[in-house]
Amino acid sequence: MTALLERETASDPAQQPGRGGLTGPLLKVALLGLVAGLAVWAAFPLVAERAWPGLAVLAVATAGLFYLYLTPRHVPLKYLVPGTLFLIVFQLFPVLYTAATAFTNFSDGHRGDKQDAVVAIQTASVTRVPGSAEYALTVATTGDPATGPLTFLVTDPGTRTVSAGTAAGLEQLPSGGVSVNAAGRVTAAEGYTVLNGGQASARSREITDLAVPTAGGAIRSQGLSRAYEGKAGRAYDAGCDCIRDTTSGKTWTADEEAGAFVAADGERLAQGWRVGVGLSNFGRLVTDSAVSGPFARTLVWNLFFAVASTGGTFVLGLACALALHSPRMRGRGIYRMLLVLPYAMPSFAMLLVWRDMFNTDFGLINNLFGLDVDWFGGAASARIAVILVQLWLGYPYMFLVATGALQAIPPELSEASRLDGASPWQSLERVTLPLLMVALTPLLISSFAFNFNNFNAIYLTTDGAPFPVDNPANGATDLLITYTYRLAFGGSGAQYGFAAAVSVFIFVIVAVISAVSFRRTRRQEEVYA
Amino acid sequence: MSKWLTRVGWRHGVAVLAVVFSLFPIVFVLSAALNPLGTLSSTTAVPTGASADNFGNLLADTGFARWFGNSVLIAGVSAAVSVFLSALAAYTFSRMRFRGRRVGLLALLLIQMFPQFLAIVAIFLMFSTITDLWPAIGFNRAWGLILLYLGGALGVNTWLMKGFFDTVPRELDESATMDGASHAQTFFRILLPLVAPILAVTGLLAFIGTINEFLIANVFLTDTGAKTLSVGMYGLVAGERNNNFGMFCAGTLLTAIPTVLVFQFLQRYIVNGLTAGAVKG
Repeated sequence: MTALLERETASDPAQQPGRGGLTGPLLKVALLGLVAGLAVWAAFPLVAERAWPGLAVLAVATAGLFYLYLTPRHVPLKYLVPGTLFLIVFQLFPVLYTAATAFTNFSDGHRGDKQDAVVAIQTASVTRVPGSAEYALTVATTGDPATGPLTFLVTDPGTRTVSAGTAAGLEQLPSGGVSVNAAGRVTAAEGYTVLNGGQASARSREITDLAVPTAGGAIRSQGLSRAYEGKAGRAYDAGCDCIRDTTSGKTWTADEEAGAFVAADGERLAQGWRVGVGLSNFGRLVTDSAVSGPFARTLVWNLFFAVASTGGTFVLGLACALALHSPRMRGRGIYRMLLVLPYAMPSFAMLLVWRDMFNTDFGLINNLFGLDVDWFGGAASARIAVILVQLWLGYPYMFLVATGALQAIPPELSEASRLDGASPWQSLERVTLPLLMVALTPLLISSFAFNFNNFNAIYLTTDGAPFPVDNPANGATDLLITYTYRLAFGGSGAQYGFAAAVSVFIFVIVAVISAVSFRRTRRQEEVYA
Repeated sequence: MSKWLTRVGWRHGVAVLAVVFSLFPIVFVLSAALNPLGTLSSTTAVPTGASADNFGNLLADTGFARWFGNSVLIAGVSAAVSVFLSALAAYTFSRMRFRGRRVGLLALLLIQMFPQFLAIVAIFLMFSTITDLWPAIGFNRAWGLILLYLGGALGVNTWLMKGFFDTVPRELDESATMDGASHAQTFFRILLPLVAPILAVTGLLAFIGTINEFLIANVFLTDTGAKTLSVGMYGLVAGERNNNFGMFCAGTLLTAIPTVLVFQFLQRYIVNGLTAGAVKG
């Protein structure tokens, strides 16, 4: 039968002229036209940015799509390619990129390449020296006044030419699109939104921090309407591949392995660059005692959390399903509807509601039961609270699934066991449960994988609390995923490389556990039949 | 009497307990939403007053209506398209035999185990570039987020659907092919109508999942007008937790409405579809 199917699909009657209607071909032409249109739209910015490799990828991909859908061959690919394209671009590529990042020191202070680091060090060391040039300054942006990237519009007092400066450098503007007032300040410029006084003051810190690199130093703001060009106190010397302080004469030599400038006395400049560090991020997880201890504790709690969430919801859901699974039961429909209501509520919002129900002072739980427990203050109570919330959110799903699976088991089986003299409990244990487990194990595994990385469950309730006094980065209820998130986006400096290593580690754990469990279910054999 | 207790009574006991457990947080939310004071500290388990002030304030003072629209758009479009994409893939894996089929199925499973948000740093950097080049699909745009969510369209859904597709007798599409139907006609006219339950289930699961997605959306959407419900409502209670609690609960109830409606409508499909997918995997 398979052979027949293969022959049929291979000869593909639809591609021969005279077969089928007109709708199919017309639809195909329309869709391919859409693809071509999108490709042209996507090509313009790439040409403008001179991103030739990107343009080549775009051209090859578009040509490939046209070939695939105009040839009668490769039928399976026709169906697989649309989803696979998204999978490759938005899932596989980020995963590979993450894996690659795990082997670098990518972090705050190690973002760009060496050239970027040199520019940053030089601009940061700019100080005002007597007689340096002064400019009239207007702060503008190319985006939203509150959040858009800042630009300094500076007017040269001598020539009255206007330049636009960003952290990337200074660029002279054509005089046509700019209006300058009598005091020399820019009042409007084409393509820029000038910030008014209030908007500028609101972002004064960003404005103070912005330095526009120039040949000998950098332009920095002085107040909101004046700017000066200062000289760099530290300069890069290509001869010794080092940074030299112009006043003290101290030098920091480039260390290509660490991606930083290091002085003879071991002092490191904060601004470094990105280099490969091999396995050291992974090594830190195992050997650095400040990291490995909390990490191992988090891993154990993470496993416990996933098992308890999955197992707890399953037991509770199964118990309810068994209770309702009887023809003698009246009002099953109403019970079922009320039971699954938590599943229909938006879980992100209910997690936040639960967080407030556990509030010590005016939370519902303490009020209702007359307790005075600081739920999120202690490790044990916080963990109990988090799992209780998971039970509430998750058991309706298990109830639904178990109900469906119970209905799929022929009632004759339990009847037969009853006739053979088995008690209801024996019949449940020996007949119903094993059959149920065959059906539900795959769902339990995917539920485990989901709960293992249940970011919302922790982030929206305890946010990892309580934290030990000596380690504000790793709390008692933290899962690996919330810990990773804090490493990458937390307040104390982004550690992308290390966070990526933890991500890869999580992936390996989940993959191994799932692979082993899948192998143990007989599902696998059926799938490849 | 005791016979009734052992046979049916305990069942009612378990069911009532479970219903109480299920409902009390929801009653609490309802109570808070109706509470005229609208603060957490003044909210009790049972409603003490009734006022629509919280709903009015929510719609008037916050971007709730925008967030609601954004969420429905993003979740609706990405659920619909992802169901379609995985149906295409499931059809191939279920009906065709080709080189790389086993590898493809295994690879799907493996890649899915690396959840997209674990790569959030890479996604952030990638979309920084995309925002520069094509702002229309960059940060703060619904279309960019939809594209990103579609990256996870294949995978679990494909496996679930393939299981269901396998239960549809092959003779049906074979006879259609004999009658001169192309593979595309077979797929759209014969197979898709037959697998409607699993389409409904995966669609609903994807919809709920996207409505609740917080991590990626939080990194992606920073403009007030572009936020989804999860990001916007989180912001509502992140700062003024006690004072905005009533408004927040009003928003929670409003957010639940579309899901409850669809859910009630599809309940039969959901039970059958979930189990069929699970059993036939």
